[in-house]
Amino acid sequence: MLQAQLEIQLIAIVTAVACALPGVYLVLRRMTLMSDAISHAILPGIVLAFFLTESLSSPLLILAAAGTGVLTVVFVELLQRTKLVKADAAIGLTFPALFSIGVILISRFAGNVHLDMDAVLLGELAYAPLNRLTVFGYNLGPVSLYVMGGILMLSLGFILLFYKELKLATFDASLAATLGFAPVLIHYGLMTLVSVTIVGAFDAVGSILVVALIAGPPATAYLMTDRLSRMLILSAVIGSVNAVSGYWLAHLFDVSIAGAIATMTLLVFGLIFLCAPNRGLIAIARRHARQRWEFAQTMLVIHLLNHEGLPEAEEESAIANLHEHLSWDPTFAHQVVRYALNNRCVLQEETQLVLTEQGRSMARQALVQ
Amino acid sequence: MQVLETKAIEVTDLTVAYQDKPVLWDIDLDVPPGVLLSIVGPNGAGKTTLIKAILGLVRPAAGNVLIYDKPYEMQRRIVGYVPQRGTVDWDFPTNVLDVVMMGRYGALGWIRRPGRQEREQAMYALEKVGMEAYTTRQISQLSGGQQQRVFLARALVQDATVYLMDEPFQGVDATTERAIVTLLQELRANGKTVVVVHHDLQTVEDYFDWVMLLNIRRIASGPVAEIFTPENLRETYGGRVAFMKE
Repeated sequence: MLQAQLEIQLIAIVTAVACALPGVYLVLRRMTLMSDAISHAILPGIVLAFFLTESLSSPLLILAAAGTGVLTVVFVELLQRTKLVKADAAIGLTFPALFSIGVILISRFAGNVHLDMDAVLLGELAYAPLNRLTVFGYNLGPVSLYVMGGILMLSLGFILLFYKELKLATFDASLAATLGFAPVLIHYGLMTLVSVTIVGAFDAVGSILVVALIAGPPATAYLMTDRLSRMLILSAVIGSVNAVSGYWLAHLFDVSIAGAIATMTLLVFGLIFLCAPNRGLIAIARRHARQRWEFAQTMLVIHLLNHEGLPEAEEESAIANLHEHLSWDPTFAHQVVRYALNNRCVLQEETQLVLTEQGRSMARQALVQ
Repeated sequence: MQVLETKAIEVTDLTVAYQDKPVLWDIDLDVPPGVLLSIVGPNGAGKTTLIKAILGLVRPAAGNVLIYDKPYEMQRRIVGYVPQRGTVDWDFPTNVLDVVMMGRYGALGWIRRPGRQEREQAMYALEKVGMEAYTTRQISQLSGGQQQRVFLARALVQDATVYLMDEPFQGVDATTERAIVTLLQELRANGKTVVVVHHDLQTVEDYFDWVMLLNIRRIASGPVAEIFTPENLRETYGGRVAFMKE
């Protein structure tokens, strides 16, 4: 593997993990759309700071753009608070306005510098290794690796330090407030972190993919676990898997790396969505099917118990007549009988069904409830 | 001369408004220590808002709240809060024990993590509410009554002196309701003050010893035997009450 390939994958992994960690909290707070808004609305901040610093990775640019991100959140929430505009509409109004200011600034003043619309929307990971960090003539590696690495450390530090506070404020903001944990402060702390992360990732992966990196892995992990700490770890792992597999997908088909990573994010989500052990679509369908058979079996044993030992029992428990008595489809009735026979709830005696002791107690239990 | 007694909760001239629409008008309420008080009134009477105002969750337009003679901000440690069950997302990835331990977060303060001591306190509180068999259960798998018990356990581990509960009986079965009442009466017997937003007029006299009748303004408050009269109820509910005292 070439060094550039390795570096691109490393940048992709670090970026993916840095996005996935705060993304977990956005998903749990039902605020993933806010990341979409921030990722677009920071554009004017980036452009203005770029005019001042003439560099795409200066710390000042990151701070200015992150400030615009937090401002977006403030705008959206102010609009919402008027109660004249709903949350989704408030987001839909705010970020295109800010984004378009950025677009106009670029097209009017930045025609001849490296700040084109393709790079803004999709980013270009393939070029990320070209921009090197050199100190005293030593080549220390790609700048974006350092930028994203720093942001990842910031994210990790924030979450490890305030794990308990973030959890409480996300789960029950009013209890957090009564206990003195200032949920508003935590909210804006998190939003600042998200903004900084998006600005940092923006250069490498553009404004569209960054949303996939923030929303995709946490939404996938959410289907796989019941614990917040595991959801954080799983999100980081899934983000890394998406990044690396996306890179090789792009390599194979010679397409945009960012686009391929976004595609892998969707594919992995789809896979887990179908196959997750408890919450996946297949597991749910199986559970429903089993419940349907179990319920039908219960109906059958109750029917048999009700007529057991009575004069009409012979008529009521004849296998051939069951579907008529229970108004079931004949094939379905046949299948239920087989299911109950397999579970030893009933025995077949010539043309009759007879309850076993197990079937009898099952019916009694169901009737008591 | 009258001796000034310490009050567990003292609300004076409290007005809360959303924009210019008053939700609570000039409320005065004195709650002596060691009573079990229910706040009763029709929908939209401001019962939840009153609890939230006492806890500083909504900003009053006027008036003052004291808990044992001091503002709430200085008394957080001694106040336990049970919010309405529907205010949180029960699909949140966490389990029963973890939610109960959240009640200890206030005593832990910023950054410090819960440890073995908090775990033991949470286990003890779960035993108190009969939920010790559910410690590792994911909270989305609980029934309504079980969720309510978990919330109560979370308030119990706060080991507060004053408890404020918003509709703890909402949507729970008869067994849970009885268990909760027993628990509330046990708290009072231990000298705690418990304030409960309550909906069911039929049970007020059985469950509580004090009552506050509220409909935007305070109609009356005091011992149930004195206050819970047909006249006061009619005034509170505007004649729409089907309940008749025998």
